[in-house]
Amino acid sequence: MLLKLLFRNAFRHKLRAGLTICGICVAILAFGLLRTVVSAWYAGVDASSSTRLVTRNAISLIFPLPLSYKDKIRGVEGVKIVSLGNWFGGIYIEEKNFFANFAVDSKTYLDLYPEFVIPPDQKLSFLKERKGCVVGSKLANRFGWKLGDTIVLRGTIFPGKWEFILRAIYKGRDKTIDESQFFFHWDYLNETMKKILPRRADQVGFYMIGMSSPDIAASTSKSVDSLFKNSFAETLTETEKAFQTSFIALSQTILTVIQLVSLVVIVIILAVVANTMAMSVRERMNEYAVFKTLGFGGFYLSILILGESLLITAIGCAIGIIATFPAADAFARAVGDFFPIFNISLRTLYLDMLAALIVGVVAAIFPIWRAISVPIASGLGRAG
Amino acid sequence: MAPIVEIKDLTKSYRRGNQSIIVLENISLSIEDGDFLALMGPSGSGKSTLLNLIAGLDKADSGSIKVAGIDISLLSESMLAKWRSENVGFIFQFYNLVPVLTAFENVELPLILTNLSKKERKEHVTTALNLVNLEDRVDHYPRQLSGGQQQRVAIARAVVTDPTMIVADEPTGDLDRASAEEVLRLMERLSSDIGKTIIMVTHDPRAAKKANNMKYLEKGVLANAPEASFSECL
Repeated sequence: MLLKLLFRNAFRHKLRAGLTICGICVAILAFGLLRTVVSAWYAGVDASSSTRLVTRNAISLIFPLPLSYKDKIRGVEGVKIVSLGNWFGGIYIEEKNFFANFAVDSKTYLDLYPEFVIPPDQKLSFLKERKGCVVGSKLANRFGWKLGDTIVLRGTIFPGKWEFILRAIYKGRDKTIDESQFFFHWDYLNETMKKILPRRADQVGFYMIGMSSPDIAASTSKSVDSLFKNSFAETLTETEKAFQTSFIALSQTILTVIQLVSLVVIVIILAVVANTMAMSVRERMNEYAVFKTLGFGGFYLSILILGESLLITAIGCAIGIIATFPAADAFARAVGDFFPIFNISLRTLYLDMLAALIVGVVAAIFPIWRAISVPIASGLGRAG
Repeated sequence: MAPIVEIKDLTKSYRRGNQSIIVLENISLSIEDGDFLALMGPSGSGKSTLLNLIAGLDKADSGSIKVAGIDISLLSESMLAKWRSENVGFIFQFYNLVPVLTAFENVELPLILTNLSKKERKEHVTTALNLVNLEDRVDHYPRQLSGGQQQRVAIARAVVTDPTMIVADEPTGDLDRASAEEVLRLMERLSSDIGKTIIMVTHDPRAAKKANNMKYLEKGVLANAPEASFSECL
């Protein structure tokens, strides 16, 4: 019967309960979206492998490295594969059609990234075709590209109009893999540069290194960098995760603000729920006094008040979580260019639930204390 | 008959700011088992405070209250709560029913704290509601009942645990004359037919007349009742 009473108490003031649930729902929705934005920011980091290293120019990523480093790196102990690539920065028709595009040493690069799943026949077709390119399925869908289509990118870093033939479409091994990237043969870029800008030929933006074990990351990085110490192009080698994190570090302030705002949202809703519970308990002080009169102790009152608070927050949280999915889909469609991976993680859902639990418990603490501590005679309001 | 309630040298005061206000002073009183006692007195005389102390709702500054041999002034808060649930039935002026519970559920409420099964609880509640002639209102919420009916539900709630005594604070104070008469008849029956000890605070001489004993409080001490009202009641 106490459970029945708890449910009926929660909805005794339907408008107030409804508005509070609505507030919690909006807060959980906002919290979930903000956390997903933060997760989306870290998607590259999360998807990175612990057996891959990235070597770049020690001064900055925008400065290239000589092609000749490839063989030297391959000679380092523990290195299994060495691939290379350049950020191409091409534009498809107009700038708003932004997507990441790279010139890569195709064979080694695809060996290094088994998470890009390509049908064998398409892979073979891509590797054979000098102007061939491989794109993610999301990107292909976005522009309606089909195998065999000719795609023209306007170079920004590498001038000219670059023509590619779509030979393969990859899918991610799981949903954390970005399916909106564009790769083509580095040889095609280099050979063209040799013709039009020879001084920029044989220049590599970054090397990707595949190691035999993640345990040797530190020693391998050190060995690689020591090879080029005091050269005209010193290197900086780090794990793929550290490399991706360094990009995020550039926007760390924004991320910190987003995380703070998500916490503020929870604090605001905590105040709303606490206010609702405080009002409800104040209105029912007489009833709680009657309960105490009948012999119900603090434990029962705590169960009633805490249960009511948790019930309201749980309903708000459940609706908020359900609403987060379509909202995240709409958000992903709107900002898909910036956040190719925009998935609501299980961790975000757990955080939603944890936030609701904390709000429910904290909001009930003061009303419980008040209901328990008010003397029965005062609660009944009948001292004579 | 042996006294069921024995009060000795009871004193109670309240603090208001820096001031200590004495509400009850050196009260000594015995109430016999099965007695129907009316506590009368002007507003602020301390009668409700005395009722609270007898019912274990408040603690005295000094003195002792023994109910059925147990000195309740020595019990802790939790022991007192358990003692109340087993020994005292309460009837309030404004009924104090839980508005979101039906008549049946309101009467069942004190039984939640007992070890009775659901079936046994149902039997007890049905008997109590039959006693107050509300067997046809079991599924009604308090808002669907008249004042008199609500007070009868409160009486059923008070007797459902078969307590040692029933305390009633102005049980007819919020009722019209006919409903008040009905409630008083019920209380009279509880005393005469079932032998319940009833302690009732009232301003109403007509209500006090139903009691078989009366005490008068004035300025926190037991006093002789004004001749007129006393003779009118008894």
